[in-house]
Amino acid sequence: MAEIIKRQKALSVSPLKASQPIGAALATLGFNHAIPMLHGSQGCTAFAKVFFVRHFREPIPLQTTAMDQSSSVMGADENIIEGLKTIAEKSRPALITLLTTGLSEVQGADIHRNVKEFRAMYPEFNDVAVVAVNTPDFTGSVETGYAATLTEIIKTLVPDAKDAQTLPGRRKRQINVLASYMLTPGDLEALTDIFEQFELRPVFIPNLADSLDGCVTESDFSPVTIGGTALSELATLGDACATIVIGASLYNAGKLLAEKTGVPSYQFDHLYGLKANDKFINTLAEITGQIVPERIERQRAQLQDAMLDTHFMLGQKRIAVAADADLLIAFTDLIQEMGAEVVAAVTSCMTASLNNMPLEKIKIGDLEDMEIIGKAENVQLVIGNSHAVDSAKRLHVPILRAGFPLYDMIGGYQKTWIGYRGSRQTLFDLANLVINEAHEQIPVYHSIYKQQPVAPSCH
Amino acid sequence: MGRAEKRLFHAIKQAVESYQPPAVFVYNTCVPALIGDDINAVCKAASERFAVPVVPIDCAGFYGTKNLGNRIAGDAMVDYVVGTREPEPLPVNLPNPNIKIHDVNLIGEYNIAGEFWHVLPLLDELGLRVLCTLSGDARFNEVQTMHRAEVNMMVCSKAMVNVARKLNKKYGTPWFEGSFYGITDTSQALRDFARYLNDADLSERAEKIIAREETRILDLLEPWKQRLTGKRVLLFTGGVKSWSVISALQDLGMVVVATGTKKSTAEDKTRIRELMGEDALMIEDGSPKALIKIVRDYKADILIAGGRNMYTALKAKIPFLDINQEREFGYEGYQGMLELVKQLTLTIESPVWQAVRTTAPWKKNLTGFKNLSGLEMQNG
Repeated sequence: MAEIIKRQKALSVSPLKASQPIGAALATLGFNHAIPMLHGSQGCTAFAKVFFVRHFREPIPLQTTAMDQSSSVMGADENIIEGLKTIAEKSRPALITLLTTGLSEVQGADIHRNVKEFRAMYPEFNDVAVVAVNTPDFTGSVETGYAATLTEIIKTLVPDAKDAQTLPGRRKRQINVLASYMLTPGDLEALTDIFEQFELRPVFIPNLADSLDGCVTESDFSPVTIGGTALSELATLGDACATIVIGASLYNAGKLLAEKTGVPSYQFDHLYGLKANDKFINTLAEITGQIVPERIERQRAQLQDAMLDTHFMLGQKRIAVAADADLLIAFTDLIQEMGAEVVAAVTSCMTASLNNMPLEKIKIGDLEDMEIIGKAENVQLVIGNSHAVDSAKRLHVPILRAGFPLYDMIGGYQKTWIGYRGSRQTLFDLANLVINEAHEQIPVYHSIYKQQPVAPSCH
Repeated sequence: MGRAEKRLFHAIKQAVESYQPPAVFVYNTCVPALIGDDINAVCKAASERFAVPVVPIDCAGFYGTKNLGNRIAGDAMVDYVVGTREPEPLPVNLPNPNIKIHDVNLIGEYNIAGEFWHVLPLLDELGLRVLCTLSGDARFNEVQTMHRAEVNMMVCSKAMVNVARKLNKKYGTPWFEGSFYGITDTSQALRDFARYLNDADLSERAEKIIAREETRILDLLEPWKQRLTGKRVLLFTGGVKSWSVISALQDLGMVVVATGTKKSTAEDKTRIRELMGEDALMIEDGSPKALIKIVRDYKADILIAGGRNMYTALKAKIPFLDINQEREFGYEGYQGMLELVKQLTLTIESPVWQAVRTTAPWKKNLTGFKNLSGLEMQNG
């Protein structure tokens, strides 16, 4: 049981948090022909877009209802309805998510009523799915926004088994995968590889690896996502043999999917490190009844070897982790598995999953908190997103960039962290960061009696 | 002069002109040794021409082991370098003008990872001016003055004992063997300096420093000692370390179950028996297989050996500590013990040992029934 230390200060310095609408938009971007529409002022969307573009280095479809003074005061229903109509008309997307922001929530917008009104007014767009999600940015984080959106999408678009006549296991090779926002497109690709070795066909909900994996496309421009989970797949989820849920933030979404479809659901906090992946691979072996492929056995042994090789550098290391709950849990388990310590754990908002973490204390706060705790605890390494780079610099320790956003590096979105292989690479990366700072160097000492070097005899 | 000798001559010229070194050392290797180049003559000629000491080290690979090379280099130091310059006068404004300053040398102290810097401040405090540490962090101009030491401490017993003997023969300098690994041995070394220098005041001050340092470090070590007491060690290393590290480990309450003696002298072995008892297991066969067997048979908790054995140990899933020259941690002196305990616990207590020994869960319940039912599901 961890002691959760709530925020006590008025000012947030070097914020760690990315807001709920960002997470909600991210979840949307993993569906094919989809577009998120943020209900708020233009700035709410602009900054989210900046984050995405710099992180993924891709054009990002993102719309806004562009609330101004008068619509903020007089009501912005029209912005929504006309906004939905314009998008539907122009781009004919498969899915529009209507996401609230701080502004619209405080204004008192009723987006669910607005969607009904839109349906009534424009029945010609009934083939365009619209999912409204409440994602005010004054609460929660990118993680909760992502989870809330996924929950709403499942609630709205996945049919109940009795209505759709789906039957768990009818599609013997299909496995549904709910992957937390912490899984990168690179992670999803690695996961696909693992599933395929078990002769499973994964349906990721959503599938960022198919939309934001960095891939040149044939069309010059698209106002909606290219790639991602097809909405038609949602009707098949009830026929899958199993659902894998990765990340505690999605457990509720997973539960809802199981209730609607009756497909057995398996939960994993994360897939970092030996223990987590043992459990995961064992589950796949049990679900499929297949023998674990040799290649995976090999990768397991490789990870074990990497654990041995890197324990000299990572053992007893004092590490600070600043991340949303899912990622914090993942790194904490990995770090503790290596005999290192998380001495500064900072996360952006309270979630139920934090309570059971094997840490003494978890601070709800910002990167300044991480810096202050890190300094007091003499941390030797920081794990955090690109915002944490400056904090690490001030702490004079190296940083492993992880999480969202990663804007001062190339290919962060494609890095594979999970599985035996990804975990091995993570251990190597961690060890390489500290290999030259693995210990405090003994300071050079000059004797007070030292003979001063004389000029060489030849000069 | 043959072409190779000419090439060497020009190489020396280039080195001197490009870098203005205080001296040039020329190491003979197999090829010139076989074709009969006279590197001594080339060095002599180059030294005269360029007015820089050029020292030949005749150490071709086929002459013998690494130890022999060390010894040959030591001989060359005594023959060509030592005694070619007088020590500088002592600096003025010393912090404690009332104590007598003695000149000493350390032979076979390599200052691995800067570990000697844990010890040097204590020697400064005692008024021992280290003319030269051969060859950790030594300067050519310091080696030149080694003949003026009042006593030499031999730190690594086998490789360069010839230097201590030669200096004794040539300049009458007394020498003693010692080690800075462990509390007991560090204190003993400080006492031995005072004894050989025959300085009662120094002796008194040494005791004070020893008492102060021992109290300080024992206090700091206490929590670690509790974690290490009773842990069993297989020590496989050569020369002086075969006994000096034993003492350090015993200071921590650890049990040394066996020690390697491949490079140890008869004297080294006598000291091992003094420390470990008459039936101490001494290992000559250092093959990976033999070492792993001893670790298992003697239920050792950790293997302490040179870096080349590291991956042998890791593959056999045995905790390991690197004690040889490639290591990155300094263990000398009182302060070095803190790093030693840290590194020992880091590996011994690491959860990775448990993790790498775990069987994959799907192997534990490999009953066959599961697979069968699975196959049925696939087919049906």
